[in-house]
Amino acid sequence: MPAQAPETSGVGVMTEPSLLTGPATLKAEARNLSFSYGAARALRNITLPVGQHQITALIGPSGCGKSTFLRCFNRMHDLYVGNGYQGEITLYPDQCNILSREMDPIEVRMRIGMVFQKPNPFPKSIYENVAYGLRVRGLNSRALLDEAVERALRGAALWDEVKDRLEQSGASLSGGQQQRLCIARALATDPEMLLLDEPTSALDPIATASVEELLLTLKQTVTILIVTHNMQQAARVSDWTAFMYLGELIEFGPTKTLFTTPSNKQTEDYITGRFG
Amino acid sequence: MAVRPDLTHSGELLRRKLLERLFVVLGLGTLSLAVLVLLLLFGQLLLDGLSRIDWRFLTSFPSRRAADAGILSAWVGTGLIMLVTIIAGVPIGVAAGLYLEEYSPRNRMTELIEITVTNLAGVPSIIYGLLALGAFVYLFGMGESILTAGLTLALLILPVVIVATREAIRAIPVQIREAAYALGATKWQTVTDHVLPYSMAGIMTGVIMGLSRAIGETAPIITIGALTFIAFLPPAPITAEPPFVSFEWLNSAFTAMPIQMFSWVSRPGEDFLSNAAAAGVILMVMTLMMNGAAIYLRYRMRKRITW
Repeated sequence: MPAQAPETSGVGVMTEPSLLTGPATLKAEARNLSFSYGAARALRNITLPVGQHQITALIGPSGCGKSTFLRCFNRMHDLYVGNGYQGEITLYPDQCNILSREMDPIEVRMRIGMVFQKPNPFPKSIYENVAYGLRVRGLNSRALLDEAVERALRGAALWDEVKDRLEQSGASLSGGQQQRLCIARALATDPEMLLLDEPTSALDPIATASVEELLLTLKQTVTILIVTHNMQQAARVSDWTAFMYLGELIEFGPTKTLFTTPSNKQTEDYITGRFG
Repeated sequence: MAVRPDLTHSGELLRRKLLERLFVVLGLGTLSLAVLVLLLLFGQLLLDGLSRIDWRFLTSFPSRRAADAGILSAWVGTGLIMLVTIIAGVPIGVAAGLYLEEYSPRNRMTELIEITVTNLAGVPSIIYGLLALGAFVYLFGMGESILTAGLTLALLILPVVIVATREAIRAIPVQIREAAYALGATKWQTVTDHVLPYSMAGIMTGVIMGLSRAIGETAPIITIGALTFIAFLPPAPITAEPPFVSFEWLNSAFTAMPIQMFSWVSRPGEDFLSNAAAAGVILMVMTLMMNGAAIYLRYRMRKRITW
């Protein structure tokens, strides 16, 4: 298990001034990242900083590569053959390159959690869903698991709703609760960073609001990278926004700036609803 | 005011609905035909054999006199052979399916293996018998034993188990797998904690389908030398002296239910025919019990799993 990074010291500081106005303290940074599914190029030369304890949103029309980009951060593409990365993603504070051959994808996934588009709880009990990440790491002490499960469920604002039925199946929960269960499952292992792939696209507005509220609380302790279809959502929750189009990063900046005074014509067209 | 077009009675809609009803009737018809034939067959067997079925029939060895003959050695033989078949065939079949689905690289070799496995399911069972006669009986010197019969039938059910395992594994949503991997699980952990447990119901279905086929197989067991007249039971698996377990029964000569039936049917005289019918009823009950157990288990497992 990799050493848990202390949160106060050794944070990455941008050494060279970027053309973009970037966050002051970095948690991760993609540099010249390209990605291809076999022969099809899906991402081109993306450079993007991810600020520590900030929410960075990736927006763009369907098929622009935002999910593909997100899934590079926990090497999800390694599960399928024929995929190739170029460039690097540096993870701070230890400045390791997530994409390097020497880096074990399992180690990456132990440090960076992920929440998927469609809630995907295991067909197991609520308790076992949350505990699974810890069980994978060989933790089986009931007392420690109990504590971690409660902490994670509280962190995902689900504890009060499920504390009396932890043994029930995760599938018995409503869609919004299932998604918060998946967030709790990802939180249980204390990840340094959380990747969210359109986490509210399958949820109703009320469930969406509760997840968004949760993200704003979580960012105090976890760095969040979120893909969203919903521009209002990006505007509501994120500190930084990146607009992607056809596999390229078109514009990146503070969310407020990007939505009020985009510097790129395509960004402006997209956020004003003229295409996409 | 515009007149609402009378769609309900227009010829076009009526025709489409008629087609739909026609299919339902057709489907129901063929289904009842199949069930009816099965019921008739079973009914005929019952009619011929029911008078012979009693406790003595189940606990007697075969005899020259039809009225004294029983199926003790046959059903014990069938039970033991099935046991060997399950122990040998299921783990290998499941492991093979798992490997093909989760681990094997996508290349020519894998494709070749896949095609071979699928084709094996269609090979006539007598071929398996000949293979077993050459390999198990003579080459490996296992003789004409319960072990040989069990292994032969294990080969026979292997393709069915492999294909069912693969289908069951493929039915697991990719999102479930990704969820496990995203938490830092290794492939082995993903397989043992998720893939296998969630596909167990489908795998069981395949195993039962295979076993139902194997339990009635006659040709391969005759080929490897099943006896038709056995007036003894295999040695008991539990003994009085240490180490208290014995595997001698594996080397024992044997007979099986279909063999017993076959032998009785080929004799002259009405009496032995009713014996055969009675054995047929018992064999069908054995199969139905096996299927029933499988359906129950599958129901219990499915109930807990919803995506």
